[in-house]
Parts: sequence; C-alpha cells; structure tokens
Amino acid sequence: MENGKTVLSIIVDNQPGVLSRIAGLFSGRGYNIESLCVAETDDPLVSRITLVTKGNKLIIEQIKKQLHKLINVITVHDLTETKYVERELALIKINAKPKDRAEILRMVDVFRSKVIDVGHEHFTIEITGDEEKLKAFINILKPMGIKEIARTGTIALARELQ
Amino acid sequence: MKLTGAQILMKALKEEGVETIFGYPGGAVIEIYDALSQTDIEHVLVRHEQGAVHAADGYARAKGQVGVCLVTSGPGATNTVTGIASAYMDSIPIVIITGQVPTSLIGNDAFQEVDIVGITRPCTKHNYLVKNIDDLAKTVKEAFYIASSGRPGPVLIDIPKDITTSKTIYKAPEKINLKSYNPTYNPNLKQLAKVVSLIKEAKKPVIFAGGGIILSKASEELRELAYYANIPVTTSLMGLGAFPGTHPLWLGMLGMHGTFRANMSIAECDLLLAIGVRFDDRVTGRTDAFASKAKIVHVDIDPTSIHKNINVHVPVVGDCKATLCQLNKMIKQQIPDKNFPDSKTWIDTIQEWKKTTPLAYDQKDIIKPQYVIEKLYEVTKGQAIITTEVGQNQMWAAQYYHYDSPNHFITSGGLGCMGFGLPAAIGAQKARPDKLVVDIAGDGSIQMNIQELATAVQHCLPVKIVILNNGYLGMVRQWQQLFYERRYSCTRMEFAPDFVKLAEAFGAVGFRTSKPEEVVSILQQGIAINKPVIMDFIVEKEENVYPMVPAGKALTEMLLV
Ligand SMILES: Cc1ncc(C[n+]2csc(CCOP(=O)(O)OP(=O)(O)O)c2C)c(N)n1
Repeated sequence: MENGKTVLSIIVDNQPGVLSRIAGLFSGRGYNIESLCVAETDDPLVSRITLVTKGNKLIIEQIKKQLHKLINVITVHDLTETKYVERELALIKINAKPKDRAEILRMVDVFRSKVIDVGHEHFTIEITGDEEKLKAFINILKPMGIKEIARTGTIALARELQ
Repeated sequence: MKLTGAQILMKALKEEGVETIFGYPGGAVIEIYDALSQTDIEHVLVRHEQGAVHAADGYARAKGQVGVCLVTSGPGATNTVTGIASAYMDSIPIVIITGQVPTSLIGNDAFQEVDIVGITRPCTKHNYLVKNIDDLAKTVKEAFYIASSGRPGPVLIDIPKDITTSKTIYKAPEKINLKSYNPTYNPNLKQLAKVVSLIKEAKKPVIFAGGGIILSKASEELRELAYYANIPVTTSLMGLGAFPGTHPLWLGMLGMHGTFRANMSIAECDLLLAIGVRFDDRVTGRTDAFASKAKIVHVDIDPTSIHKNINVHVPVVGDCKATLCQLNKMIKQQIPDKNFPDSKTWIDTIQEWKKTTPLAYDQKDIIKPQYVIEKLYEVTKGQAIITTEVGQNQMWAAQYYHYDSPNHFITSGGLGCMGFGLPAAIGAQKARPDKLVVDIAGDGSIQMNIQELATAVQHCLPVKIVILNNGYLGMVRQWQQLFYERRYSCTRMEFAPDFVKLAEAFGAVGFRTSKPEEVVSILQQGIAINKPVIMDFIVEKEENVYPMVPAGKALTEMLLV
C-alpha cells in the first residue's frame, strides 16, 4: 500500500505537553498529520489520540516506532491493519434561500443528517459519517453556497472480533 | 520531617549515587545551591553552562554512569542546549537540572524565564517541569532511570523556584513503574538462530560495532565473538575502543574517513553483523552501495534504528550485551571446534588491503598532525583517555591513536560539536583521577570553550590539550580545497591568541613548537606536569584527512591522497 491513509489510535498519558511532543515528532521528522483528535478516555489518566497520516510502508513503520519511543505514549495501534469503524462529525453552515430549502432538507434526510440551527438566510447541518460520506455530502451542498464548515477529523475504534 | 524542595532534590540525587555535579549558579537555583553546600556532593564550577553539559557528558562516558549538571533558569538553561543536543545524538545518559521562575510567574515572560522544556523537547530523551513538590523525588528517580536504561540519553528536569523553597515530606517510590516505557533487553531467540546459521555459512563476514557496545558495556562479549568465530571488526567513530585497536582482526574505523581496508571489507563482505550502530550517513556513504553483497544483521536496543537508513535482513531488537551473551552461547553450542568455513582467503585479502593501502603520511620538515598523534600514542603507551574537538583533529585522533579499551575515546560524534573536547576532558578527568586525559584540538575548536581552562585550573584537573595548529578551520578548508577549487572562504584563522601566554594567563602551562624533532620531548614534558597544560603544535597548514569518501559517494569511492 503506497502512501495509503493510515489511522493510528494512540493511547497517551493525559498530561500537559504530550500533544506537543507528538506534534513535534511529526514536524521535526517531516511526517504529515492529516487529522488529529484528542480526548480523555474513560480513565481520566489517559487520553486517546486518533491521528490520520499518509506515507509509504517504511515511513509508517518509522512513525509507529518513533511514537512508541515517546515516554508518554502507552500504546500505538494501526487501525488500518485491522477492521475498524471510523466517524467524523461536521457542522456545515449553508446558504438557505427559500427556493433551495426543500432540496437541502431532502438531502439532509437522504444522508441522515440533522438541521441544528435555522436562520433567515442559512441552515446549520450536523452530519456524522466516514470520510467518504462527508465528502459526498459536502459536494452535493456546494452549489447552494457553503458559508462555513467545522470538522472534527476522524475518530476510530477497532472492531471487536465476533 | 518536612524538607524543602531543594533538600529533597539533594536527597534524591544522593539516592541515585551522585557524587559530582557540574554547574553554574543563579537566582532560580540559589536555594538548590544552598542545599548543595550542606551535602558532600562535589560541585565543579564551570565557566559556561555549555561546558557543564559537555563535562557531565565526558564524565558519564569515562565512568559509565549518569552525569549530572545544574544550571539556572533563562540564559543558564538556553546555554545548555548545544550540550544536550550532543548528548542526545550520542545517546549519553545525563540529567540536566534547570531552575525555573516561580510557578505563579510561568508564562508571564518573567525575568529569566524561558520555556526550556519546550526548547529541549526534540533533543532530550524526556523532560519534566515539576509543578508539584510532591512529584519531585519521584521525578528525579524516573529521570535517572530513563536516562540510563534502554537507549540512554539526556533527561532534563525543570524546577520552579517556589518548588525549591516550599516543604513536604520526602517520599519516593521504591520502584519505577512506567507503563509506557519498557525497553526490550533480551533478544528474540528465533532471530538469533538465524544469525547463527548465517555465521555458519559466511565466507566473508565482518562485524561492524558501534557506540551501543560501549554504552551496554559489551566489549568483552564482542571480543569473544570475534575471536571465537575469527571475524574481522570495524567500528563507527562512537565504537572506537569496543575492540582492541592493536588486534590483528581490527580493520580500523569505517566511513567517510575510514581505513581503506574497512571500507573495502564492507563493500566485499557477504555477512555484516552490525551491532549497536545506527548507520549514520557519515558511515554508510551512498546507502544503496553499502554492504550491497552482504546479508545484514542489525542488533540495536532502539527499534527506530532498525530499517531507518539501511534495510536489513535480520533485525534483532535487544541490548548489545544481552544479545551477544546469548549469541556467543548459541554459537559455541552449535559450531564446536571452531568449525567455521575457511576464512583464510578473506583474512588474506584484508591483509593485502592493509599492506597496499595503509593509513599514511609523510613527515618532513614541517610537523604533520598525524605525527603528533602517533607520538602521543607512543608516549602515553595508548593508555590515555582521549577527548577531541571537531574537524580534522578529531579524525586524526580516531585514525592514529589506537584504543584498546572502551570509554577511552570521547568525542561528539553525532552532533559534531566544536568546543566539546575541553569540557569533556574536564568531566572525564573528574571521573577518572587516575588517568591521563588529553583533549586533541584544532586551533579553531579550542577557542570555542577555552574559558573552561579556568575550571580545570580551579579544580586541579590536570587535563592536557594538544592543539594541532594549522591556522585554518581545517576540515572546512579541506572541503573547500577538494570541492570548491581552493576558494578558502572565511576558513583562514587570521588571528589566534598566543596559546602559551593564554595558558599562563589561566594559571596553566603552555608549550609551543614548530619543529618535528621537538614533538616527543614536548609531549613528555607536558604530560609529566601535574597541571593543565596546552601543547601548541604548529603543523602543516594544508594537510588533509585521507582516505575521504566525498559526501553522497559509495564507500569504495575513496580519495586516497
Ligand atoms: C559548533 C560548530 N560550529 C561549526 C562547525 C563546522 N565545522 C566542522 S569542522 C570545522 C573546522 C574546525 O577547525 P579546527 O577546530 O581548527 O580543527 P581542524 O579541522 O583544523 O583540525 C568547522 C568550522 C562545527 N562542527 N561545530
């Protein structure tokens, strides 16, 4: 898999400076971060970082080993090596002229997303899904005029073996 | 009983067996210095904080233990960065304690505040800002453990001033338990079995050993392997001394300024046992041509070293000593009676390379720098601890002094940091008062931390400085000569101090000569004096270090004269 997308699930000590160690490792060694999500887990002492990166096999191997070498990194899982589920959440503020409203609502319905704020001139839509789904949705909405988008980046978990 | 943070720090350092600290005081650490004065820990007062770190580095290498330095916040802390980076590149275990402004002021651009934890994140193995006095004792214990275990390295502890003055009860954990840090010491036996069968079949094996052997104290085991299986040995700059430099199986150092026979052996070998090395670009030359006919085995405790620069056939993650012990045992069981493939032709080929293309120079009326090193080797009977500055002096020290034991050659290998040698010599001398310690220097490098001569004099550390004075930043000049048509842009040191008078001004002793026939007697006189001594040898100005593999070329593409 040349330069494929890799999703890493990294468990770290929940301490100040840890994120900067990880970000510094990527910038210092010329690796690329496509997206990054960090939050506490059920154990308040540790956080989960979901990081999406790209690179050939050797680079990904180095990234994983280098991450592991950081003292505050507890585990590194390459989810792309197993089966996993991923989600991303996006908030999309879109121009909602009266003539477009019905079409937008239909799309919202088709994509099983939600309108969470309505104004005279706009809707704000909440959508979750994998990267593909979000991309498709955004493409469809584009012609109506997107005002702003906020995206969380990917979060992911490995599937449990049945 | 409650102790202040400063007292807790001292108690924690004592628990780690610290006997000596290299440092420089200031406002943020004044409480720590006060507590220090109440202990029997010795303090070496350097003249610049960079010197403190290099000295702790030299101490750590000469003693095989963690070196410690202590500096104040702000400029004291930033002055340590070069030293830390050098120790990091060479995997040297040191603990750096920096003062910090009080916690209430952190982030306010307070007087003498810098974010040293942020600055040193990429050049420490790990670092800490202690925000709670109850964490202090534990942090010190962790820092020493991290610095000295696995692949060693520098660890920095930043301690705010209010932490040093507030009080609590001393409480340190019995054992360090870091769930996120667990170096692999013992090798995978299946991998080792593969190594044994490769050794069994190899007709032209070579061992390439590095600093990892010295760090893990595995020289004995390395020698055992080489002698038993009759395998020639080369080392990186960091590995010098891991294998005796006088043994018939010794190939000399490899790489950019490696010996002809070492570089040829790498190109021709069918099995390369790389142990405790990281395949630096100064060693490999063009990587696709490196050991291209060989199966490569790579033993290293740091998994990130493996497959980083060179693709290897059999990776073994493990401590060099543990791995070699196990490997030797397996080899002796499985290949009895020295029943190895006949390596005579291979050894003969190597001997032939040595004969036709040895390290050589021509001593006439002007002193050759190589001659000085060769005579230093003879006069000291090869027993001195040698530190170096950086440049040609460093390479000649590697080529012409022969190291029979580990921890006797101390150099800034990875960072290549000029100004390293003198403070490192001071640290080494502190660690080994019984030893003769000599800094081999260039006239450029020695000026970078010459102020440390005062440290040596104050603390009665009789280090010797041998300056190979060529009036140039020689190594850069060499590149300009070879690759920039002799355009010596800014490498001529048009002015240098009178090093003899300079030595005297510092309360040391100075000698100078430009006559080849005086070299030996000056070395003898200088070494006999129980004080710091500078010996300034005016040498051939445009002598070059050969062989030389131009950057980016294959190891076999050596310039020989
Ligand atoms: C701190 C630092 N600055 C610059 C360099 C680049 N550099 C490498 S070798 C060298 C020349 C050193 O000259 P000198 O100390 O006189 O030694 P020589 O090569 O002449 O033996 C220089 C400038 C360096 N290695 N370190």
